[in-house]
Amino acid sequence: MNETLTGAQITVRLLERQGIRTVAGIPGGAILPIYDALGQSTAIRHVLARHEQGAGFMAQGMARATGETAVCLASSGPGATNLLTAIADAKLDSIPLVAITGQVPQAMIGTDAFQEVDTYGLSIPITKHNFLVSSAEELLEVIPRAFAIAASGRPGPVLVDIPKDVQTQAIEIAGWPEPGKAAPTPAAEPASIAAAAAMIDAAERPILYLGGGVVHSGAAPLAVDLAEKAGLPTVMTLMALGAMPVDHPLSLGMLGMHGARHTNLALDECDLLIAVGARFDDRATGKVAAFCPQAKIIHIDIDPAELDKIKAAHVGIVADVGQALAELLPAVATRARPAWTARIAALQAAFPPALPGCDDPRSHFGLIRAVAACLDRDAVVATDVGQHQMWVAQAYPLRRPRQWLTSGGLGTMGFGVPAAIGAALAEPDRTVVCFTGDGSILMNIQELATAAEESVNLKIVLMDNASLGLVHQQQTLFYGERLFASQFRRTPDFVAVARGFGISAVDLDQAANPCAALIDAISRPGPCLIHASIDVEQKVYPMVPPGAANRDMIGA
Amino acid sequence: MNASLPAENQRLSRAVLRIDVTDHAGVMSHVVGLFSRRACNVEAILCLPAGDGRHSRIWLQVEDNPRLPAMIRQVEKLIDVQSVARCDAGIFERLSGLAAG
Ligand SMILES: Cc1ncc(C[n+]2csc(CCOP(=O)(O)OP(=O)(O)O)c2C)c(N)n1
Ligand SMILES: [Mg+2]
Repeated sequence: MNETLTGAQITVRLLERQGIRTVAGIPGGAILPIYDALGQSTAIRHVLARHEQGAGFMAQGMARATGETAVCLASSGPGATNLLTAIADAKLDSIPLVAITGQVPQAMIGTDAFQEVDTYGLSIPITKHNFLVSSAEELLEVIPRAFAIAASGRPGPVLVDIPKDVQTQAIEIAGWPEPGKAAPTPAAEPASIAAAAAMIDAAERPILYLGGGVVHSGAAPLAVDLAEKAGLPTVMTLMALGAMPVDHPLSLGMLGMHGARHTNLALDECDLLIAVGARFDDRATGKVAAFCPQAKIIHIDIDPAELDKIKAAHVGIVADVGQALAELLPAVATRARPAWTARIAALQAAFPPALPGCDDPRSHFGLIRAVAACLDRDAVVATDVGQHQMWVAQAYPLRRPRQWLTSGGLGTMGFGVPAAIGAALAEPDRTVVCFTGDGSILMNIQELATAAEESVNLKIVLMDNASLGLVHQQQTLFYGERLFASQFRRTPDFVAVARGFGISAVDLDQAANPCAALIDAISRPGPCLIHASIDVEQKVYPMVPPGAANRDMIGA
Repeated sequence: MNASLPAENQRLSRAVLRIDVTDHAGVMSHVVGLFSRRACNVEAILCLPAGDGRHSRIWLQVEDNPRLPAMIRQVEKLIDVQSVARCDAGIFERLSGLAAG
């Protein structure tokens, strides 16, 4: 029997059929029909954010923690513009997102109507694709397609802008389209796999270089298998942390700007670099001409535009990295590489990773280690952006893909708290910890209200140096110590602020036994803010100065 | 920039791309914007309906520079783009009289 439904009801029904169970957003005039329909849905839980950017990052947190496409909603005009940063962030980190925005009625588009903004035009450069829907009928095609595009190939955000008259238009529905899902990926060329295997077998000093694509394609176990079989020391980008457990004997940890010195020096000596789901980002490579100068390159990526973009590959393979690794694995020889392993051990001994103070919970590294000691590999670790982010990347023992949520490509302050809330909503059985800074937390502090309302199991560790620490560091090192606009002359009482939002808070500065206070705070369910002062003079070291080669690191 | 001298004009090399797309309101801004956002000047544009009317063919004349192949790969990734090919400049040479008038 045919049903007559409005565009709004169709939209909600299509979301339900996609398997969406939680969405985050904020209503407003131009999206009220959809909210009215959403209110009738028993399948979908709506989480009311306090700022649309928060809603966007909550959806990102859900998507990053689970790998499934997540949904955020906003009204037209300021609602849509507030979403943009979270969408751009998802684009740069290849996170599958469907953002649904209300738009003024079609008859009013282009008239500078109240809360009209060209959401379609604004979102072109920051989405994988976008739609302006012109009829209720079209929704039946556009919504499943939006999900298919978001999840297919290299994932990314898709925006669907729906004018209000399309939401209220009623049509008869004869049947429903299949939910949109990821399209099958093209298989790697057998000849390229064979060529890559031969290069791996012939290499004396190979390194496996894992990027976020390994996490996105669910290929982390295969990457570890390949490393073990072919004896490949392995580096990870910021986005790939957790793909190989840090304490795996073949793990060299993070490469690049704030990687360990021995890691970057090993790359300097390698004769083969096997890049998997990585894009040779400048924070990873340093000065490109000096990156792995002696190495041949195998580059495996789902996105053909990534091959030869920064570095020409000797063998380029366009394929889902999981499929390619599965084909590569039986093709490579089992090999131990005693000389190379010994050389790497020597580099590690000569330049041991320096985590000063890691036994003192009142120091930055010690705090991170003390938090980690309260948790296991099931925990989710989110960060904001700044020194604290890099310290956590260096010191937290990440052991599981999708354990680590951080804004890599866009480096967006304000990412941490809402993304962590999203992860906690999507995976309520896990403890989620968010390391944030006193600058970053203020960029989405309003979401503490959402955390309280939803009672998410979220522990926010606020590393408070009363400054924009990473800026302070850059000015100290590269701008003649001329500190300007990087120190706060007045800082909030964050413990009181958190309590004011209705979440419990503890100040480690005041605790006689900070470790005991941490264990107590982390083991209690529900949201909690843990405040700790950090010495503003601490730097993120070692560091590749801007424009320098990775071998020329400074500090520690 | 001021109109360049004829001699200078000769030296700048150009590429003409033929791009087949699905036709809808946003497709031109997706395609053209991809070049302009990368600071690549689009010097000539032609767009005509093709085949069944649900498709269009776009010709673009752009500056040929070492970054062009990377830009073409990005254009190929656009959801509404079916194919991109380099072609000769004949189409715009035949039209050049229009601008003179
Ligand atoms: C939205 C946004 N604005 C500005 C920046 C530039 N920026 C990078 S790190 C940083 C300071 C971060 O301060 P805080 O959150 O306190 O972290 P800390 O470095 O002190 O650990 C700034 C301003 C940014 N990354 N994101
Ligand atoms: Mg700070």
